[in-house]
Amino acid sequence: MVPRDWIGGVLKPLVFVVSLVPFAWIVWRAFANDLGTNPIETLNRYTGDWTLRFLLITLAVTPLRRISGWHWLIRLRRMLGLFAFFYACVHFLTYALLDQYFNLPEILKDIAKRPYITVGFASLLLLIPLALTSTNAMVRRLGGRRWQRLHRLVYLISVGGVVHFLWLVKSDIREPALYALILAGLLGYRLWWELRGATRAAGGQA
Amino acid sequence: MLIKKPAEISSSEITPAHIYHERRRFLRDAIAAGIIGAVPGLTPAEAAVLPSSGKLAGVRKGSVTIVDKVTSYKDVTTYNNFYEFGTDKSDPASNARGFRTRPWTIAVEGACRRPAVYQLEDFVRPYALEERIYRMRCVEAWSMVIPWVGFPLAEVLKRAEPTSRAKFVEFTTLHDPEQMPGQRPGLLGTGLDWPYVEGLRLDEAMHPLTILAVGVFGEVLPNQNGAPLRLVVPWKYGFKGIKSIVRIRLVERQPLSSWMQAALHEYGFYANVNPRVDHPRWSQARERRIGEDGLFSAKRETLMFNGYAEQVASLYTGMDLRKYY
Ligand code: HEM
Repeated sequence: MVPRDWIGGVLKPLVFVVSLVPFAWIVWRAFANDLGTNPIETLNRYTGDWTLRFLLITLAVTPLRRISGWHWLIRLRRMLGLFAFFYACVHFLTYALLDQYFNLPEILKDIAKRPYITVGFASLLLLIPLALTSTNAMVRRLGGRRWQRLHRLVYLISVGGVVHFLWLVKSDIREPALYALILAGLLGYRLWWELRGATRAAGGQA
Repeated sequence: MLIKKPAEISSSEITPAHIYHERRRFLRDAIAAGIIGAVPGLTPAEAAVLPSSGKLAGVRKGSVTIVDKVTSYKDVTTYNNFYEFGTDKSDPASNARGFRTRPWTIAVEGACRRPAVYQLEDFVRPYALEERIYRMRCVEAWSMVIPWVGFPLAEVLKRAEPTSRAKFVEFTTLHDPEQMPGQRPGLLGTGLDWPYVEGLRLDEAMHPLTILAVGVFGEVLPNQNGAPLRLVVPWKYGFKGIKSIVRIRLVERQPLSSWMQAALHEYGFYANVNPRVDHPRWSQARERRIGEDGLFSAKRETLMFNGYAEQVASLYTGMDLRKYY
């Protein structure tokens, strides 16, 4: 058993800092003029990748906790989810401010017309209520069950993120396919767990 | 044949977004005169000599140029779409390093009276090399300005003497999975069928702006840019510029290009640069000029036919460019 204060006092701050490293790294590269030939594309893709990675890392907490028995992992989940939201916001800002240069009509047209942007934008919007209800006070106000039901939206958001990626590539789907596979594993595990739970419960009643 | 020198900037080429960048945007000294039809009876001094690397000698400068600032050598040679060598834009520069461009043969065949298979050096020899500074607009909404070295494709086609059945020209890239990792069969692959195929209508292929390039920046074409021989059609999206060509075939029917085969609703046969016809997944109204438009600048407006409307619009009179995208 890991001591409680060790998690709050050491592990959490450590994971916080580590989660900021990708952001710090790209800011560093931006200032060092090292974003390659197409800097905006680099920023946009980099932040998109990290958004999806943090979503998947967040989704990995529960399976990992069940398999390993490290129940303290759950205490990192909220922060990881908020980092997914953070990177999603930065990703959106690189698109809206740098790529589209505040051109609101063009942005709205993109959201309405381009399916991959529509899906990405929907995923970002759906992340907002989850971020807003991530505080302890909100969990209490909503009640555990309702809170949990709301936060299941993250499954939909992650599927949205992967579909967004699949729909934006020109022809080489290998990278988004890899993310899709990982996501399928993470969601599949949950399904298996639920089904197993259901059969156990049924078995117990008999 | 003379490429007309526009007397004034045509209004379609003026866009508020970059007026301050380039005030006089027009083709300058666009003299292709005296080149076409000059094939027979070349003196040895005019004959092109193609080394396998390094500087190209005897290149005539300024035959077609523009006011736009030329993109840096580094950007032109490290940011490439050449899926045969990987789908990341930095892949070709590293994966094509050992690509062998000698010996190299080019077949000119199909509906013509003088089909032949040439050694690269023989293929290039009859033509005078000239520098052509062209805008290059990628379908992904970025652009460059590239100083190609090459010669008009029209000369090659005239030499082959197309028959009346020749309506289109089909180009094929080398198929060599051993050298081109992107062509190797894999679980998913790159989503394109190999070898890469492109095509032009015969009149597009005969247009004086259409060239076969063997160099950039006065040097032999680096492998990642499509060595030893590639097509450049400046008013079309970059993917029409097929690289590492081994076959040029005159055909009666419209060829099915690789990108049409991969996604017909996204990539048409013509692929003319057109700010008013969007790619289904992204807008084509604007573009980012590599190396110039920085982190905090708006994209510039894309020009009809990539700014070459004056020279090529007449090829498409009466055509619905929305339908024939
Ligand atoms: C949860 C939300 C989102 C996730 C997980 C996500 C993820 C991604 C990923 C993984 C990429 C590909 C990066 C690469 O090529 O390596 C990407 C690219 C992109 N995303 Fe997002 N994204 C999200 C939301 C958005 C939103 C809200 C917008 C804009 C409204 C957006 C616009 C784009 C654009 C324009 C690209 C680049 C397309 C290109 O380079 O052709 N994304 N995103």
